[in-house]
Amino acid sequence: MPETKVTLRVNGIDHIIDIEPRVTLLAALREVIGLTGTKLGCDRGECGACTVHVAGRRINSCMTLAVMHDGDEITTVEGLVQGEELHPVQAAFVANDAFQCGYCTPGQLMSATACIAEGHATGDDEIREWMSGNLCRCGAYAQIVAAVRDAAAPDA
Amino acid sequence: MRDFRYARISDPAEAVATLAAEPGARLIGGGTELVNLLKERIERPELIVDISRVPLNQVVTDADGLHLGALARMSDVAADWAVRTGYPAIAESLERSASPQLRNMATMAGNLMQRTRCPYFRAETDLPCNKRRPGSGCAAITGEHRAAAIFGASEACVATHPSDVAVALVALDAQVRVQGVRGERTVALTEFHRVPDEPDKETMLEAGEMIVGIDVPASALAGTSRYLKVRERASYEFALVSVASAVLVEDGAIREVRVALGGVAPKPWRLVEAERALIGVPFEPDAIRRAIEPAFAGARPLPGNSFKVELARRTVVRALSGEQS
Repeated sequence: MPETKVTLRVNGIDHIIDIEPRVTLLAALREVIGLTGTKLGCDRGECGACTVHVAGRRINSCMTLAVMHDGDEITTVEGLVQGEELHPVQAAFVANDAFQCGYCTPGQLMSATACIAEGHATGDDEIREWMSGNLCRCGAYAQIVAAVRDAAAPDA
Repeated sequence: MRDFRYARISDPAEAVATLAAEPGARLIGGGTELVNLLKERIERPELIVDISRVPLNQVVTDADGLHLGALARMSDVAADWAVRTGYPAIAESLERSASPQLRNMATMAGNLMQRTRCPYFRAETDLPCNKRRPGSGCAAITGEHRAAAIFGASEACVATHPSDVAVALVALDAQVRVQGVRGERTVALTEFHRVPDEPDKETMLEAGEMIVGIDVPASALAGTSRYLKVRERASYEFALVSVASAVLVEDGAIREVRVALGGVAPKPWRLVEAERALIGVPFEPDAIRRAIEPAFAGARPLPGNSFKVELARRTVVRALSGEQS
């Protein structure tokens, strides 16, 4: 099918790409724009490894078409770092040893950042429930919950 | 996935006209069903019509009740204060569905339109499935059917409808507003989904029609509604059995009640007989259990899912007795 021109504003930078409609947002970010921080896990909306923010909300980028997001503001894991400083959620993940292989980690970070901003990280049970869209095959869940708890309430 | 043409639409009339002109086209809203169905080649449309920016995402409460735009996101509906306080079963059923990411994407209409999770329907290879390929048979009946229906199934299909919020909406007498080339019509949600006499025809939508809104009537009963979901994982899993219920109690006896089951049928299963039988019944578990018993006489379990009958009975009693999960 003919390609369409699509503009994706990723981490503050406009990327104008020519893609077919069937290209998922995940594939556009990784394969076309070259931002490989976002991972492909299940490719069916079941694992959360592909989590990014679109218009301020966390979504599974494998489950949407890039062409549907023409003009949208997108944040990927590459956009979390603040100059030379880790984002507080990234620092909390490091401090709490919240990853082993690291494959689910970009999705966990994007999900955790949104979870805290949504106000859904006020306690461990709530964190577990509101992070349940992100699977970790290495089983780092306890440390992930601790990291989110710390990042949500750094002075506690 | 196979190639397709893409068109973005900005109003329902345009969408309806496009669907009528090209019956093989598919609408995309949140994408959380269609993108998967495209990847599995279960859907192979030539044209995809993007309605995600059509302004039909309202969540409005007024004297008549709750009015949801077809494209209202699950997460927005669940977070709405008027929904949480006036129609709690709707908020609870939404928040027990899927994951936060999926709820941020998925639309209310898409949720009603979602298709079964039966593994034969969703298989990566083409297995006997009368929904997917009419006439090919039903592999679930003699195969894996732990999650299959105990009500409303047929010799051709034993699949269940996986939606949670549809169960709550059915319990609360929701109506679906549909738009087609001939104008707008309203369908009771209880009539919207079909039983599988023809398994590939799952809803009452005619060619060229789309859902534009869902309306729930206001009532004191709605404010007492709850959603109880029984599943094998604590979260992020479809229901084995679920119950949406609402009950008004006066002087220790049931005055008015609504009960609908999820996970047990091709559509949300409203227990109309049980609702009648429960009027005047003392509000305590044993009496409730006796009153609902006849509603389960019509259950037709398969060898591998017979546990669902007793599970459903107990879950109804728990739900009506006020337990929440």
